[in-house]
Amino acid sequence: MDLDSSLLIFGALGAVAAASAVGVVAFGNAVRSALCLVANFFTLAFLYFTLNAELLGITQVIVYTGAIMVLFLFVIMLLNIGAPQALTEKRDPRLLAGYAFGAALFALLFTQVILPLKDLNQPGSPDAYGSPQAVGRALFTGYVWPLEMVSVLLVIGIVGSILLAKRRI
Amino acid sequence: MSGVPLMAYLALGLFMFTTGVVGVIIRRNPIVIFMCIELMLNAVNLTLLAFARYQPSAGSDPVGSAMAGQMMVIFVMAVAAAEVAVGLGIIMAIFRLRHDIDIDEMNLLRG
Repeated sequence: MDLDSSLLIFGALGAVAAASAVGVVAFGNAVRSALCLVANFFTLAFLYFTLNAELLGITQVIVYTGAIMVLFLFVIMLLNIGAPQALTEKRDPRLLAGYAFGAALFALLFTQVILPLKDLNQPGSPDAYGSPQAVGRALFTGYVWPLEMVSVLLVIGIVGSILLAKRRI
Repeated sequence: MSGVPLMAYLALGLFMFTTGVVGVIIRRNPIVIFMCIELMLNAVNLTLLAFARYQPSAGSDPVGSAMAGQMMVIFVMAVAAAEVAVGLGIIMAIFRLRHDIDIDEMNLLRG
């Protein structure tokens, strides 16, 4: 089996992504989980670059590691000020069941979905398919109605979260 | 030309998704459960992009036919952003009401 540079890059990025994904679940402290999630999202952005999806990689950095993770850390910080004991967890009795279910799910999907696709090894789409021009053209021609629906959804989300923050429930 | 097989991307995505599922089952802190849901969404995004990259080019418009996966990823990102904003708002509201966010103690919706 020949080792070329893209395989090495994928191996390094994939190892970091997998390790930080495990860290999100394994760390008992919520702040450490959040920092592992930042590392995972950032590595995923580079994996998107290796798939030639440049615009989506940049969007991943801005939206996930920027906006969403700041939101997570902000809420953790607010809860830590209000009640530090609220973030500590008790020992969980369902640990073994969770691991068993995860292993079974992995084995099932790997053998039934991924192994039949092992012969598909060459990228089929053109190299420029992830450029801003191509994505923008598709987004504002064929997918313009879903785009508008997403804007409506985001407005509803903003109004809903403001209502939740303001009203005494 | 990429030398990485499609299977490698799919296996990584599946591993991240499974890790997220296990985290949702075994963790009790709702913020960490939210993070695990984000992990699952990102695993699906990676899978969609890998399929979009490796699909055989078809028809007279190969760029246009490769767009469906990327569009899906964009919409998943937007929905995830809205979901996180509303979900964390709900967690803060529950915390103000009960001063405790342990997921096993939340039985307000029990019938």
